[in-house]
Amino acid sequence: MAGVTGKDAVLTAYAQKLETLDAPKGRSLTQDAMRRLVRNKAAVLSLFVVGFIVVFAFVGPYLLPWAYDKIDWSAIRKPPNFEAGHYAGTDQNGRDMLARIMQGTQMSLIVALVATMVSVFIGVIYGAVAGYFGGKVDAVMMRFVDIMYALPYILFVIILVVIFGRNPVLLFVGIGCLEWLTMARIVRGQTLSIKEREFVEAAKAGGAKPWTIIIRHIVPNLTGPVVIYATLTIPEIILTESFLSYLGLGVQEPQTSLGTLISFGSPVAETLPWMLIGPAVVLVSLLLCLTYIGDGLRDALDPKDR
Amino acid sequence: MFGYAIRRVLSALPVVLIAVTACFFILRLAPGGPFDGERALPPETLANLRAHYNLDLPLIQQYGIYVGRLLQGDFGPSMVYNDFTVAQMLWIGLPFTLMLGFTAFVVGTVAGLVAGSLSAVNQNKLPDYVLVMLVMVGLVVPNFLMASILQLVFGVYLDWFPAGGWKPGSLQHLVLPVIVLALPHAGRTARLMRGSMIEVLGTNYVRTARSKGLGTRLILARHAIKPALLPVVSYLGPGLSYLLTGSLVVEQVFALPGIGKYFISAALNRDYGLVLGTTILYMLIILAVNLLVDILYAWLDPKVRYD
Amino acid sequence: MKFAQILKATATAGVIAMAMTGGASAITLNMMNGSEPGSIDPHKASGDWENRIIGDYIEGLMAEDANADAIPGQAESYTVSDDGLVYTFKLRPGIVWSDGVPVTAGDFVFAFQRLFDPKTASDYAYLQFPILNGSEISDGSITDFSQLGVKAIDDTTVEITLEGPTPYFLQALTHYTAYPVPKHVIDKVGDGWTKVENIVSNGPYTIKEWVPGSYIKSVKSDTYYDAANVNIDEVNYFVQDDLAAALARYRAGEYDILTDIPSDQAEWIKTNLPGQDFFAPFLGVYYYVINQEKAPFDNADLRKALSMTINRDVIGPDVLGTGELPAYGWVPEGTANYEGVDPYQPSWIGLSYEERVAEAKGIMEGLGYTAATPLTLQLKYNTNDNHQRVAVAIASMWEQIGVKAELFNSETAVHYDSLRAGDFEVGRAGWLLDYSDPSNTLDLLTTGIMQDGAMNWGNNYGRYSNDEFDGLMKSAASENDLAARAKMLGDAEKIAMDETGAIPIYWYIAQNVVTPTITGFQNNAKDIHRTRWLSKAE
Repeated sequence: MAGVTGKDAVLTAYAQKLETLDAPKGRSLTQDAMRRLVRNKAAVLSLFVVGFIVVFAFVGPYLLPWAYDKIDWSAIRKPPNFEAGHYAGTDQNGRDMLARIMQGTQMSLIVALVATMVSVFIGVIYGAVAGYFGGKVDAVMMRFVDIMYALPYILFVIILVVIFGRNPVLLFVGIGCLEWLTMARIVRGQTLSIKEREFVEAAKAGGAKPWTIIIRHIVPNLTGPVVIYATLTIPEIILTESFLSYLGLGVQEPQTSLGTLISFGSPVAETLPWMLIGPAVVLVSLLLCLTYIGDGLRDALDPKDR
Repeated sequence: MFGYAIRRVLSALPVVLIAVTACFFILRLAPGGPFDGERALPPETLANLRAHYNLDLPLIQQYGIYVGRLLQGDFGPSMVYNDFTVAQMLWIGLPFTLMLGFTAFVVGTVAGLVAGSLSAVNQNKLPDYVLVMLVMVGLVVPNFLMASILQLVFGVYLDWFPAGGWKPGSLQHLVLPVIVLALPHAGRTARLMRGSMIEVLGTNYVRTARSKGLGTRLILARHAIKPALLPVVSYLGPGLSYLLTGSLVVEQVFALPGIGKYFISAALNRDYGLVLGTTILYMLIILAVNLLVDILYAWLDPKVRYD
Repeated sequence: MKFAQILKATATAGVIAMAMTGGASAITLNMMNGSEPGSIDPHKASGDWENRIIGDYIEGLMAEDANADAIPGQAESYTVSDDGLVYTFKLRPGIVWSDGVPVTAGDFVFAFQRLFDPKTASDYAYLQFPILNGSEISDGSITDFSQLGVKAIDDTTVEITLEGPTPYFLQALTHYTAYPVPKHVIDKVGDGWTKVENIVSNGPYTIKEWVPGSYIKSVKSDTYYDAANVNIDEVNYFVQDDLAAALARYRAGEYDILTDIPSDQAEWIKTNLPGQDFFAPFLGVYYYVINQEKAPFDNADLRKALSMTINRDVIGPDVLGTGELPAYGWVPEGTANYEGVDPYQPSWIGLSYEERVAEAKGIMEGLGYTAATPLTLQLKYNTNDNHQRVAVAIASMWEQIGVKAELFNSETAVHYDSLRAGDFEVGRAGWLLDYSDPSNTLDLLTTGIMQDGAMNWGNNYGRYSNDEFDGLMKSAASENDLAARAKMLGDAEKIAMDETGAIPIYWYIAQNVVTPTITGFQNNAKDIHRTRWLSKAE
């Protein structure tokens, strides 16, 4: 799981660059980066596509004649039929595929967001604490991260699912809890370099508590890495979810997710192709675009050109 | 260097032990047990079975027995597969999983490096766009989908390769599984290679070389490849462990005799012994790979000190 | 050391295998056999994928013919005492294990003692509990094995005494729990006798090679008494869990027989592989249990309303697409020892589906459940494409009568754990008959027994309990007249079904796919197809 899209390697390289260079400088950086991002055609196009998919998933269901859990007994496993309002066909239970794709996309996006937020939260706190206090604390904390890296993640995810059952929220909080390692490393490196800077020194001299300093002065400077990290983590989690769905450990019916839809669609690719093509197209374009955006952001925020 | 290696191994042991302990108790927290099949067993049979596997003892005592056996290299019995011990099953499956993983590693790394370099040299030209797109598709298509598509196309329609199964010594049977497993790895490697190659190609000394009129091929061979490889090399360690532990789906779809699919079925069947055995083995593999990479690094780069 | 040995063994076996497939003479059957065998020791096996292997290499007193009916196996003939309690079997002359050691009555006595021995912890020992003192030895209340009702009169005569008359006993003897095991090998190597280097057989085939996670290979045994009529030289039983992949491999010519098919492909197979589909009903019922210890599910009218609302006619043909026949009763049609009993039909069978829904709606409204104030229940099933489809469809049907079903799936171990613990409201279950007799399904609805201060409900997950039903089952168990027994069981079925003790949904269908070069494969009610009856044209 860690590194499904090569995120960890990309980010570690990025973090090393950050450490060797000056810390980022706030607003001018953001404007600068935005300008560069806008020039990246692939990333801009991807942004539009992702935006479209989000609208499709969250607004689309209101425009359809069928709900995602409604059975049309007259159309069980039928190809697309515009007159009946099944624009992407129906599944084996006679439910409208387009409605299910929208619901599945919603579910995939939500779980990915939740898991990413959990991992960013843990990673930022953990890394900032390790970096800020340094010394022995840092050594012990980072050794722990090294150890965690050496554990076979996917096995732990499966064990977690086995225990938590099929509750998607618990599950993805669980995955988030396993995903934060790279974030912690990056944040620690950043913190190490930021904490030497004048404004932090000044705050310290002014008697600010470590916690206040971390939240007020260090965390806001981490926007760049966090944004990149998040864009690259979301596709990974969506892929992990699809893997779990293939194993039969996905979300509970009648809810669905892109991974569940694809794992049901792939065995019937020949006989009921509409059950695979729709969800696969959405999943692949979503993941492709998110990866392009992540890359674009990384290039835009690249410290070496500053 | 030996001292360093030994220290690393020793420091890893507590990690394994902690993970084993956590797994042991977490598994027992999970609802359901190894004998909860479709049919209720008569209570006397259930009692017999539980006694047979020591499951009637207090949990802490069972843990003691397990760790005691483990220290002697005994992984205990499987509760679902009666004709083999866990150790026997793992010993039979491990060589296959390792072979599959290493083959995919070599294939994927080479393919990734070539694709990444080609892409970088032709940056922002058509071959670059095509390659980047292909690489991305390899990355984002879920592997179970990729596996069943390849199986259908190359195994059934074209009938070029066997659609599954394994015969010892048969390369044909490995082609499709290796491709499915290697694709994401090739993709990750290519992404890294492209990035670092572009950076190297933009450095002053390569520009100088170019201005001197050297051909692209010569520049690549003499100046660019080596420095560009460095960040890629540091990724190969995690990449390899990812491949070795990532063969679950491939083994399942192609019905291959590796240890990956044991893990899944054992976790679902609550075959405690087999789940723990597989987890421990995977951890040892990852630790060994990491150690190997560290030592290799230390050997490559004399600046790294062994502490 | 061990590792090297195994590697070597695998490699040699591989070379042999390739050499063998290289030679055109050997006729090989490649069978998709499903899961990895848990054990090929007949006392430790528990699944049909193990049965396929075991039944080809060991033969019991009775064997199955191509129709899966009981025929004499290792026994040449048998006699039954007038009270139906004592069976005397005469073994065939000259039968031997594949190492040349004769198969004796002593092997059978030893095998039954080993089966019931608490130390063996055999899952399915209870199938032979009709044998005198079998269950007592199994639960440890009798420790003297010589009291077991299986005796060797001499080397070639086995006498089995039963607890009560058991009309299906000869069939029960075809089950692998009744198979002999080689005493001379087990005395030497213990439980390790099933290892390839130790194993011997008395059936048509001998285990030659076992690569866990991949396949088991059996080859024809020359010492089998009927070897002259065994056509196939080698059988490979392949491990294959992914069914979609299994079909792909069948189409690529890698399998000759598929023992199961992926969901939704039945139609495709019928159209594109004509004549290769062997889909036929076999003895098994797919049903939902309702937890009758929880209110309001203790109300028989409410259970009836739930059952009526299920439109069984669309489930088999449309939702599953395989054409399973709707089930309204509890005993599958074609079950033996049930002559003279008409298939059960509920009182509402004559109504149209709309009328049924209307009546059920009336019942639910009478109990205070409407669309506005629905009855919320949790419907549990074990993770599987087909179970999910059925559950989704039924939940939607129930919606019409003011029932809101929440779906909850979990893996098999968790699902059955919660069914047994009574931690469910409605749950999916299924039963494949162990032998063709109505008592085998009806026993699922008998009241549990008190054991060690707790009720043991066994497989009666819904905890259905009716004294009259229990009484009929009890008298049937000791009734020696088959017609009278069938009548009692028929009355019992009617009582339980009139009260909707559980909701039968459909009768199972065996889903085999067999390549045209194979002949001799017959659809049968037990879905057992021994390789000795098959032949393959090259």
